[in-house]
Order: sequence, then structure tokens, then C-alpha cells
Amino acid sequence: MRLSMIVATVAGVALLITGLSMPWLKIPLILSFCYGMAALGIGVLLRAGQISFGHAMYACISGYVVAYLSSHFRGLDGALLIILGTLASIAVGMLVGAFVVRYREIFFGMLNLAISMVLFTVLGKFYAYTGGTDGLRVQRPTLFGFELGRTEFESALLVLAVILSLAVIWGVQRYFRSSAGEALAAIKTNETRLEYLGVSAKLLLWQGYVLSAGLCGLAGSLFGLSQGLVTPEMGYWLRSGEFVFIAILGGSGHAVGAFVGALLYEFLKMYAAALVSGAWQMILGVTLIVIIYFLPKGLVGLLSERRKALRGDA
Amino acid sequence: MFKQTVLRVGVLAAFSLVALHGAVQAAEKPAELKVGITTFLSGSASVFGVPARDAAQMYIEELNAKGGIDGVKIKPIYIDEGVGGDRLLSEYRRVVQEEKAELMLASISSGNCNTLAPVAEDLKVVNLMWDCGTEKALEGHGYRYVFRTQANAVTEMVAAVAYLLKVNPDFKTIAVVNQDYAWGRDSWDIFRTVLTQLKPDVKVVAELFPKFGAPDFSAEVSRLQVLRPDVVLSTSWGGDLDTFVRQASQRGLLRTSKFYLPLGESSLERLGQTLPDGVLIGARGDHYFLHPSYLNDEKHKTFVAKFKEKTGSYPIYSVYHMVQALDAMVAAYDKAIKQNAGWPSKEQLAEAFRGLEFRGLTSAVTIRPEDGQGMEEQLFGITTTSSEHSFKVLKDIMIVPAEPVTTPAGQHTPDWLKTVTPTIIDAVKPAQAQ
Amino acid sequence: MSKDILILALLDGVSYAGLLFLVALGLTFIFGVVRILNVAHGSLYACGGYAAATLGLWLGGGSLGVSLAALIGSSIVVGIVLGTLLMLLLRRFQDRDPILQLLVTFGAFMIFEDLQRMIWGTQPYFVADVVNQMGTSEVLGVIYMNYQLLFVPGAALGVYALLQWFLNRTLMGRQIVAVTHDREVATAMGINAKRIAYLTFVVGAMLGALGGALASPTTSLVPGIGADMIVLSFAVVATAGLGQISGALITALLIGLSRSFCVYLYPELEVVMPYVIMVLVLLVRPQGLFTVAQARRI
Repeated sequence: MRLSMIVATVAGVALLITGLSMPWLKIPLILSFCYGMAALGIGVLLRAGQISFGHAMYACISGYVVAYLSSHFRGLDGALLIILGTLASIAVGMLVGAFVVRYREIFFGMLNLAISMVLFTVLGKFYAYTGGTDGLRVQRPTLFGFELGRTEFESALLVLAVILSLAVIWGVQRYFRSSAGEALAAIKTNETRLEYLGVSAKLLLWQGYVLSAGLCGLAGSLFGLSQGLVTPEMGYWLRSGEFVFIAILGGSGHAVGAFVGALLYEFLKMYAAALVSGAWQMILGVTLIVIIYFLPKGLVGLLSERRKALRGDA
Repeated sequence: MFKQTVLRVGVLAAFSLVALHGAVQAAEKPAELKVGITTFLSGSASVFGVPARDAAQMYIEELNAKGGIDGVKIKPIYIDEGVGGDRLLSEYRRVVQEEKAELMLASISSGNCNTLAPVAEDLKVVNLMWDCGTEKALEGHGYRYVFRTQANAVTEMVAAVAYLLKVNPDFKTIAVVNQDYAWGRDSWDIFRTVLTQLKPDVKVVAELFPKFGAPDFSAEVSRLQVLRPDVVLSTSWGGDLDTFVRQASQRGLLRTSKFYLPLGESSLERLGQTLPDGVLIGARGDHYFLHPSYLNDEKHKTFVAKFKEKTGSYPIYSVYHMVQALDAMVAAYDKAIKQNAGWPSKEQLAEAFRGLEFRGLTSAVTIRPEDGQGMEEQLFGITTTSSEHSFKVLKDIMIVPAEPVTTPAGQHTPDWLKTVTPTIIDAVKPAQAQ
Repeated sequence: MSKDILILALLDGVSYAGLLFLVALGLTFIFGVVRILNVAHGSLYACGGYAAATLGLWLGGGSLGVSLAALIGSSIVVGIVLGTLLMLLLRRFQDRDPILQLLVTFGAFMIFEDLQRMIWGTQPYFVADVVNQMGTSEVLGVIYMNYQLLFVPGAALGVYALLQWFLNRTLMGRQIVAVTHDREVATAMGINAKRIAYLTFVVGAMLGALGGALASPTTSLVPGIGADMIVLSFAVVATAGLGQISGALITALLIGLSRSFCVYLYPELEVVMPYVIMVLVLLVRPQGLFTVAQARRI
């Protein structure tokens, strides 16, 4: 784990330097890190063998909280906004999670989808409060007390994104290695046996769910601050699908996988759109299918297989 | 480990290649003038946005053939508004920051204008709001770089009320079917406020806001058939308006209620005979290819003929707005170049727009120096059958000047609306033939 | 609420439900047999609609019979083509996790979305000849298009009856039911499950395309209608219970009626209604309204 953290840190710093030296890359990089965090949230649930098709709603909730607060309480600092947005998502996640953890597999996915669609449609309809389908603008706040111009703000956000991503990778990886994280994997393999051991599968899943909601919420707040705009589309099922896509692309075995997947996804999207505009969705679709076929454990799966080969495991 | 390194190096290499590509900075007088233009190129609104792009292509080709602006050729970069708010935002930023566009024309959708205006101001790039209507995008913000080369929702909707009360004053009930987004909501707010002020006994029987791009209006049509309002107002435009009118027509709603479509000019040709006679139509500005005052005007006539030849259709008001914006661009550059004896900086260019007077294809437009808002006359008419065209044309065309129906600079629209009196109805006058 | 409004809301609801049922039917049918939730079903709906519109434009008018034949013909073609493509794709992932299979259909959906854009462009299509040909009826002072009021619900019921007859009375249909209940045992009995799966997929695809084709004269076709339709179909299918055909009919009615009543009473809630129903039902009965509870395998 220490080795992978070092490698991740080096990669993170390299990306940070790239972003700072090429200003127009800053926002795409920040977005990649956001997607990575959200995909990591999905990855936590994947560990338990469950897929949620509605987790974009947590990104949406925190984004809207950040937007609303930034306009109505102008003095609030950006760091505080991020915390508040994430907390809002965690709160909703705790509530929704209590209901949702009773279900498994398709039903789990469908119920999450349904709840996210309710949120999506409500946000789109109540124009007076939520700005309707046009969304809400996020007024640029101070960050850690500093009043920043646009370029400095973006650079600061990039630094924050890298730090948060590394922290999140470390935290989640530790969670995976902890007894709670390992037990979570048991929900996928044999839940009944887990229950026989005296462990409440529901409580475990709820913990994992709240963690994943928090991760998506964190992603959403950063996204809102960097884009300056939140729309109901942030919570649409296609966005949830993108998170799942990235989680599978990068691989859920190691926490860093989500970020590898996100970077690849974002840049694939950008260059596909630039080179073959009008066919970029197709390229992404083909990539997804190819990855599932050849690398069901995702890109990071390649890494762990290689490692196993080097160590001489069967 | 190895794979990870390869991945990292590969990613860094890709970035470096891209960096080399975008490294060159613009010189004092650029080799070419990059202009970013947002318009709807996909979805139901594309029937409105694509003709505008065609017009821009035509205009820019001609301009470049004449040498461009002060010898600098224009390079347009088209951005599709149909991709949605946040993708549009990313693309807009990319065009300004990576492609180094010097001037932006954005947008059609009022929602998008609300989003992009502060971004343009932030990026310090001159942005012309070439089509969107919401007054909220500009009012009270004190922007230095954002201007509107056409009228806003206040001018259009207050004029619309004036016209309705002039030609169809005796009605008791009204219903509205508007698209559910900034324009649909805000335009109705303004219309309703002024209408209830000038005609207190009117009853609003239904306020329906179907989704922008809604494919089906059957439920709304059913509801209106039950309610039977005297007047049905809709500020919808593009494919949405087409679908709504078609479905309403199929079920006879157009016969039982009087339809009032302030943005309807853009759908006249597409709707063909679906529209009956007697529908009240507005043109968002005085943009109509059969405008009586400009039928023989050289510039207008030539353009209409050329546009028809190139695209097979007559120009609609989105086309007029585009030409207006581009004419404003040329006029501003000319003014700024003269004032600064050379190619203008961004600040100098922005200054040139204040108080600018220019003309698109019809009447002249002035941009107020105080707030950057364009002042543009409004045209209204009633549908009637034509022997020359396969679609309905407008008769009894009336014009409303901008001054009496627009919020004065520096005032807050909701406050000013309260002061509107019936004198605005007198401002509605028949168009003068040449 | 007056009796008049009640009747009108009922009629609107039924006509909307008819369409909803047709689209959801293909989805639930495929799931029942092949146990895959086909995200690409939305593309089937969209392509069915576009194909019908194109064929309609090409035939340009013609009699009612011709227009109807065009609608049905185009859905059969789209169903067979796309259904086969999807089946061939999914065969490669046969033994994988169902979640991965679902993601493969998601990838297929993305591919079809772009293909659809490339073939038909981004401008809206509106081909309503068949609607105009069928004329109107007046009920309580409100004029309805016969197409929406009678034909679409009628077609939905007709397809339902046909499908039930097929499943219960024909040999092939009963084989499908057998495979739905227990694939292993059915195969042990000598049923070619692979062929049955293929057949089901194609039939389900045709139903999805038929939904799109029948919807196309009443709406305008633009990119993105597939995405909106899938999630609405999911709402119907999940609420009814995955694989429940009769259940889907009733649920479609439920959702259609609640939506139309909303338009008359609380128009702002109209779009939220289907999903609120889905959440409420799934919270109380996660397997859907009509699924028979199954024993959990240890």
C-alpha cells in the first residue's frame, strides 16, 4: 500500500504541475478528479457487489447546496461550502441508505435510480427555487480566507483536488483493508455466511453507502465550485451511469483505479470530441465494451495481475 | 509498476504535444479574428439555430471576400447549445482560453446567457448576447464586456401586451403555455404583470410550463380544450412551438381560442397551412422578410434573395439577429480602430460598443451606453393566406418603438413595470410602406 | 373535481398508458427470459420511431392502410436488426456477472445513440400523416385524435392479447415460459435455450421499436428521446415487477392515469409522478407489485 501511495502521490504532483503550466487543462483535470472521487464512491459499493444507478444525486445535492449557499450567504468560505455540501450529501445518504440497504442487486440499483429521478425532476420543475432546468450559478467565494481572481482560484482548486484525491485514496484503501472493508466484500461473496458470523450485513452496507454518498458529495461540491454552474443534469441517470462506467474502466480492486479510469475517460472524451465530434459517445461505448471483455477488473486489474505474476502466485 | 509508469509517461507525453499546439500567443493585429458563436445545432431548437449559423457563414464569407475587418479575416467557431448547460460552459471556456477567441456571440437560450455572461466578464472577453431575451442577464450587473445587440424580454413583452390590447382588447380569459426555462418563466412574469395592470378584469385560467424540448403537448392541449380560454399565449419558439401548434391544430384548439405567438414569426414558413388565419404573431424585433418598410431596401432585398437561394427558406428572426450582431461587431471594430488608430485591445473594443449605432437588415439599433442593452423596434402582425407563398404571411403589420416599452437604464424592471400606463397602447402604430 | 374532468383525465391517461405499456413490454419480456436489463431498449424505441418517420416520409401520404403497414414494417425491421446485433454482442458476455452484462448494454446504448445521430441527424422529425388520416372524435366538448384515443390503447391491448396467446397456446411460447422459469431444467428437457433467448430478444426488440414507431406520429423525434424513455420504462417495469407482463399493463395504467390527473390538478408535479410512484412501491414491495416472492437460495 505504501508503494502505491507513493506512486499515486508522484502521479498527482506530476498532474498538478502539468495543470499549472497549461492553464486550459486545469478545469478538465479538476473534473477528472471529481469524477474519480465519485467513481470511487461507486467502487465502495461495487466491493459489496452492488451497483447504484442513482449516485449522481449525491453529487447533485452537494452541488446545489454549494450554489445556494454561495449566492445567499456570500461571506462563506469555499472550504466551508465544500464541507457543508458534502455533509448535506452524507445526511441524505444516511437517510436514504437506511431504506435502500434492505435490497440487493437489481432492486438496489433500481431504487437508487428512482430516488435520483425524483430529485432530478423536482429540481427541474421548481424554477423559482432551483433555477429549473437552467440551474443555479455558483458565486466564487473566498478560499481558505483568500479572495482570488479566476486563474488563481482555479489553480487553488486544482491543488485542493489533488490533495483531496490523495487523501481519499489513502482513506478508502485503508477502509478496504480494515475489517469493515473486508467484511463488505463478504456481502458479495456470501452474505448469509456473514450474517451467521454475527455481523449485520445491513449495517455494513449502510456504512459503505454513507461513505459512497459522501464521496459523491465531495465530488459534487468541487465540481460546482470549479464549473460555477449546477444543473439538474448533474443528477441525471446518465451521469450515474458515467460514474459506474469509470469505476469499471479503472477497476475497483484498488482505490487508485477510479482515478485512473476518470483521467482516461475525461481525456478520451475531450480528444474524441475534438477529433471525431459526433462519434465520441460511440467511441466511449466501444471502449467500455472492450474493457469489460478483456479487462473485467479494469485497468488496475492489469496491475494486480502483473504483481501476482511477479510474486509467483498461481 | 511498469504499466503504471508507462501510463504516466504516456499521459505526460500527450499533454506536452497538446501544449506545443496551443503555445503561440496572439500578436497586436491578429492573423485572423477568431469569433466563437453559440447556437442550437441539435435537438428541437435546431430548426431555429441552424438558419442562424447558415446566415453567419454567408455573412462571414462575404466579409472575408471583401478583406475582412481592416484586412483581418474572420474565423468563426460554432458551438452547439444543444449539448446542455454545463457542457456548453466547458466548451465556451475552451474556445476562449485555448482557441483564443477575441469575440464571442452567445447565446440563443436565455438560460445559457445567464450562465455565460458572468463567465465572459470573468474571462474579460467581449460577449454579444445575440438572441437571448431575459433582461436578468444584463440588468443591474454593470458588465464591461457583455452587450446585447437586440431588445430584451421587457421590450418584447411590454410591446406584446400593448399590441394585444390594441388589436384584440375584448377578451376575458387567457392561458399561457410557455417553455419551462428562464425565457418561458421570465417572459410570462413580465407579460402577466403588465397585462393585469392595464386590464385588471382579465382572468388567467391556466399557466402551463412544459419542459424545454418536450416532444408531446397532448395533455396541455386537452387541458386548454376544457378551459376554453379566449386567448392562448405562448412565447415558445423553434421545434417546441412547431409541435405545439401542430398538435393544437389537429385537435381544433386553434379554432376555439385566439392564439397569440410573440415569437411565431420564426415558425411561419415551417408551419405552412397548419396555422389558420387570424393568429397574432410577433417577430422579436422588427424582423420579417416582408417588412413593408424594407421591401425595396437594397441590403435587405439582396440578403433575403441570397439566403433563400442558399438554404431554400426565407430568413427568420434568428437570422436577422445574427446579422445584426455581426454588423455590430464590424461597426464596433471600425469605431475602435478609428479611435485608437490601430487594432483595439479588449478594453478598447468593449468601450466601442457603448452607444454604438448600427443596422442589421431592417431598422437601426442603438446600444445604450449606460448598460449595454440594445434598443430595437418590435413588429407584430396577423396571419393571412397568401397567393404567392405556401405558408401564411402577416397583414396589418404594426410597429412598436423601443423607448416607451423598455426599462430605462439604471432602473429595476419589477419597479418600472409597476409604472406602465395604457399610453403604451398608443405607441403601437402601423408600419409605413416605402 | 367535476365529473367531466374525471372522464377527460381518464381518457388522456389511458392513451398515454397504452404507449408506455408497449415500450415497457419489450423491456420486461426480455428480462423475464434472458435476465438482462437492456439499457439499449431506449435506442430501440428511438430507432423504431426514426425508422417509422423515414418510411412515412418516403411513402409520402398514401392510404391509412399503407401508413399503418409502414409503422409495423419498420418496427419489425429495426427489431430484427438491432435485436440480432445486441444478442450477438451479449452472447460474448454470457457467463459474466449480470451487472457487467447490464453495462455492456449501456455501452451499446451509447453506440446506438451516435449511430442514430449519424443516420438521421440532429434536426427534429415530425411525421404525423397517420394521425391526420384517422380523424377525430369529440368527447364532452374536447376533441381527441382517434389515433391517440383509440388506436394506440387498442394496439397495446391487441399486442398484449397476442403475446399472451403466443406464450400460453403455442409450443414456442410455452418453451419461452419454461426457460423463464428455470433455464437449466428447460435445457435438460431438450429445449434449445440459446435459440429461445435469441427469439425472445428479437421479439422484445420489435416491441420496443413498435412502441417508438407508434409514438412517432404524436411527438417530434430528436436525439435524446431514447434516454428519457428508458428511465420511464424502468419505472414501469420495476414497479410492476421485472418480467411481469400483465403487471406491466396495470402499472402502465396506474402511471398513465396518475400523470394525466396531475396535469389537470397539479401540473407542476406531472413529471415527478411516475418516479414517486416507483419509489413508494419499491419501498414497500421491492420485487414489484406483481412478482411472486421467491425463496432465497443459500
